[in-house]
Amino acid sequence: MTVDLQTKQLANTAPLLQLEHVSISPKKTPSRLLVNDVSFAIEVGKTTCVVGESGSGKSLTALAIMGLLSKQLQLNSGKVLFNDADKGIVDLTTLDAESLRKLRGDKIAMIFQEPMTSLNPVLTVGYQIGESLTTHLGFKGERLKNKIASLLEMVGIPPGRANSYPDELSGGQRQRVMIAMSIACEPSLLIADEPTTALDVTVQAQILKLLSDLKTRMNMGMLFITHDFGVVADIADNVVVMFRGQIVESGTREQVLSNPQHPYTKALLACVPDAEGEKMLKPIDYAWLAGEQTGAVAAEVIHE
Amino acid sequence: MSEDILVARNLVKTYTQRSGRFGFGSTQVRALNDVSIHLRAGTTLAVVGESGSGKSTLARCLLQLQPVDSGEVLFEGRDLAKLEPTELRDVRKNLQMVFQDPFASLNPRMRVGEIVGEGLLIHSLGSIAEQQKKVVAMLKRVGLTEADMQKYPHEFSGGQRQRIGIARALVLNPQVVVCDEPVSALDVSIQAQILLLLKELQQEMALSYIFISHDLRVVRHIADDMVVMYQGQVVEQGSVVDVYTAPKHSYTQNLLAAIPGKKVVNG
Repeated sequence: MTVDLQTKQLANTAPLLQLEHVSISPKKTPSRLLVNDVSFAIEVGKTTCVVGESGSGKSLTALAIMGLLSKQLQLNSGKVLFNDADKGIVDLTTLDAESLRKLRGDKIAMIFQEPMTSLNPVLTVGYQIGESLTTHLGFKGERLKNKIASLLEMVGIPPGRANSYPDELSGGQRQRVMIAMSIACEPSLLIADEPTTALDVTVQAQILKLLSDLKTRMNMGMLFITHDFGVVADIADNVVVMFRGQIVESGTREQVLSNPQHPYTKALLACVPDAEGEKMLKPIDYAWLAGEQTGAVAAEVIHE
Repeated sequence: MSEDILVARNLVKTYTQRSGRFGFGSTQVRALNDVSIHLRAGTTLAVVGESGSGKSTLARCLLQLQPVDSGEVLFEGRDLAKLEPTELRDVRKNLQMVFQDPFASLNPRMRVGEIVGEGLLIHSLGSIAEQQKKVVAMLKRVGLTEADMQKYPHEFSGGQRQRIGIARALVLNPQVVVCDEPVSALDVSIQAQILLLLKELQQEMALSYIFISHDLRVVRHIADDMVVMYQGQVVEQGSVVDVYTAPKHSYTQNLLAAIPGKKVVNG
């Protein structure tokens, strides 16, 4: 059984998603920017990884794209341009709630970090996978059942598990269910917020493989948020490095990992233990970095 | 080859788990199945495995925080399970633990000075003034300040809390420290700081570590020997270099193959 994959052709050659000068702050203190002038693009069928420490604003950026920012926060400025196969380029920040709701789960889907808490414990996983199919594409009856079964099979779960509740599944299986849910309507953009951080390494390797297979098969663009450079090395096409709400460096995977330009990227890479144990770990000297940040070299890199 | 400071022989630990539709049935889960390990003095022994493989149970059993069903834990040749409660308490000064979650393992109602000093108080080591001095020195050693003594845990970041946890364990001048995933909740930059701190302290205080982790990259950096656990059993053990270069068991091979980004990251 295979899923009928529609080939998505965009009318234009613009990127799938383009963030332009996005800034986010708390409503009460608009001058305190949590995300500061962030711009990057996600190409059709490519994976962009956003890397940074906790508090660097990477998750907020993802939530802003989905229009899911908490009520205490506001989008100060910026555009989120989504290249919709049907409607052309739309600015997600100006859409009304109803049109945004129609896009979410259909053309743009999200996988969250915690597979334990992001599934509803009182509904079967089959029901949860089918929900967006019913809402967006009007699937029902036998057709819905078959589609759910084929989706489960696609992510490597026996289709009979559709009647299980989330607590009957392991962490890895739950994350697979989350993935099945998110790809149900064959989105053109998948946002994954640290989808493997809570999982064991062997399970993580399986999930990463699954995601990149699906990406290729469905020609999805993917925004992948992580703090693990090992994961970046495995799946990214492009990398965006964030530090304290700002993008300090972006480029292709090879550029950023093998030839980092910004001192922060270099310092962050120096913290990552390697599997061979040959590298001396060097913690980040934030004070030095702050000095460097104001220096001309750093400024040049930031605004290139 | 240095001497073994902590030896565990044939540890077995079984949990009873409720099962069946309404929890009326019960199944036996073997968390530790005939586990034997030995820790050489002044070195680090890593215990790796997936969640549910029994590594945290092993940590608890080594420190007698949980009784084992059978088997023995020898510290400097003495079987800990056979000690009288008062003797055990005395020995515990030498066996300390650093916990995984820096948010859950510090009492939110105690000041940092009290948290770190509590062990000294319980074992009545020195006068109050001497204890205070020790606490201050220890806090400074792990990168905190004297003023931090008056603060509560919530005032600190994750990395700082882990430093508090380390200070609490080390202020008693122990010989063996069991670290249960001490860096897995931390950012990679903070992780590097804590790993370096642990290494330095090991040198200075002649500590032996049992280091529990699921991150094989971290293990490669900190450990001398390692034990691979799978479903409650030790499937492989040896020096870290040997296990990494020539893993024998298929599970170890899988585990090593699953390390993300082996080829590209070399910073």
